[in-house]
Amino acid sequence: MALLEVRDLRLSFGGLKVLHDISFSVEKGAINSLIGPNGAGKTSLFNCLTGFYKPKGGSISLSGRPITGLPPHRITALGLARTFQNIRLFKEMSVLENAMSGQHCRSRHGIVSAILHLPAQRREEEAIRAIGMRWLGFVGIEQHAHRRAGGLSYGDQRRLELARALASAPELILLDEPAAGLNEREKLDLIHLIRRIRDETGVTVLLIEHDMGLVMQVSEKIVVFDYGQKIADGAPEAVRADPRVIEAYLGTED
Amino acid sequence: MMIDEVRTMPAAGQPQLMRWSVVLPGLAALALALVLPQFANAYVTEVATTALLYVVLCLGLNIVVGYAGLLDLGYAAFFAVGAYTSGILTAEFGFNFWLTIPVAMAAACVAGIIIGAPTLRLRSDYLAIVTLGFGEIVRIIARNLDITGGASGLIGIERPEIFGFRLMQVQHFYYAFLVLALLTAFVCLSVERSRMGRAWFYVRYDEDAAAGIGINRVTAKLQAYMMGAVIASVAGCLYAAKMTAISPESFTFNQSLLILLGVVLGGMGRIPGVVLGAILVALLPEVLRGAGTYRPLVTAVALLAIMLFRPNGLWPDKRV
Repeated sequence: MALLEVRDLRLSFGGLKVLHDISFSVEKGAINSLIGPNGAGKTSLFNCLTGFYKPKGGSISLSGRPITGLPPHRITALGLARTFQNIRLFKEMSVLENAMSGQHCRSRHGIVSAILHLPAQRREEEAIRAIGMRWLGFVGIEQHAHRRAGGLSYGDQRRLELARALASAPELILLDEPAAGLNEREKLDLIHLIRRIRDETGVTVLLIEHDMGLVMQVSEKIVVFDYGQKIADGAPEAVRADPRVIEAYLGTED
Repeated sequence: MMIDEVRTMPAAGQPQLMRWSVVLPGLAALALALVLPQFANAYVTEVATTALLYVVLCLGLNIVVGYAGLLDLGYAAFFAVGAYTSGILTAEFGFNFWLTIPVAMAAACVAGIIIGAPTLRLRSDYLAIVTLGFGEIVRIIARNLDITGGASGLIGIERPEIFGFRLMQVQHFYYAFLVLALLTAFVCLSVERSRMGRAWFYVRYDEDAAAGIGINRVTAKLQAYMMGAVIASVAGCLYAAKMTAISPESFTFNQSLLILLGVVLGGMGRIPGVVLGAILVALLPEVLRGAGTYRPLVTAVALLAIMLFRPNGLWPDKRV
């Protein structure tokens, strides 16, 4: 059974059909990519998977559990975390507090135990901080823990978004254009980091990316979109040679 | 200028480096607050008691506005719910004052859920309108029911007794409000540094990112709203006991605005700032008494000047 199973997913805004009967799956422990020209519906698909959009039809399941139409926070709690195309950090809070946010859905204590300073609540708080620090260390920005998140360099903000998502202990992490705005050096670091996410923590990775070099290097499988439809699905070499993919990217000769 | 260093809130109960810039003035203020009634006359003690009432109310509203970022324009409604619940139960049904506090807290919770549950799903602007209406509805209901004493209000609310000692004089209530204010500050400080407190800040700064990271935004907002409501209701109980008579005119839109003013004036989101703002709101009308009929004008100019020169409040949150 695949970790993520998408079946006949449809999405439309009013009369505009954004996604037409999309089906694909992601195996556990894989690194897969979604590619396609701008406006092909990749981010819309991410938004359906994470509960931000409600699909018109079809089904999504994670480890065999249906997650179609659940609110975003429930889906995160079930083990699907995401990053955003345009970085969405809590800019005014510290880097560590950002990383700690991922642990919210993995912790329990509420207002009353905080007021009473229960020992269990204090232990939980310490665990949340420790986990936050651990993921900051994993992405390599623990030295900035007490800085304002919005003051980090662009590349470090991307890393922090990853740390925050990883801190929610996901089974699958969706990365929406993680290489956007990074220079060549930072892209190499990102490729290394994406591989480490899978190899060292066992988290499955699905990414949307425009940088073909990066996609071809890290992905074991690529799903190609155009105009809201899946036009190809397979290993990087096969996808690269697929005439429909070449057509979508380069156009055809009349 | 951007401030690049922010403090990560220390976890509740965790040893932290004391910041003397806050601790020393805080201790001095506390010492002054403790001895004030010993040398001040009844008028000064009365004004100081009002200031403490505003400290409690502003700290409560700060949870809603400052932490969770929800604009509440009808906060006095919860203050009224507390005052009327306690007043009716003691005056009409002979309840012991202390027993009315949990009842008032429960009533505020119910009122908070009724108003909050449907509206907190919407964006903050809608909440402002709904809470504005709610504030007026509560006041008008109190004006028109028999049990609330109609427009003339409730009279003969019994003075509370503690270990055989009856709170009578203004000094007694001064200390009662001081205890309540300290308790409220402690509660706010504990929650601000906990998991739920952080969740409120996450929701305030970026709702979608908060949802994406696993926070139920509706529950988080509802909890902030209810906690604010509970604090106002407890303040209401003690207020009713102090006044022994309450009327709908104590809970007008103006009252809600004054409380909000204290929160914004001092600096939203941060306890020392909010306390300062609350004290100013209570003191300004008294200090400016000499201005006579020009008082509203002078007050307005003073407020405008503060907002012009300190747009984030007198003692702002470093984060903002």
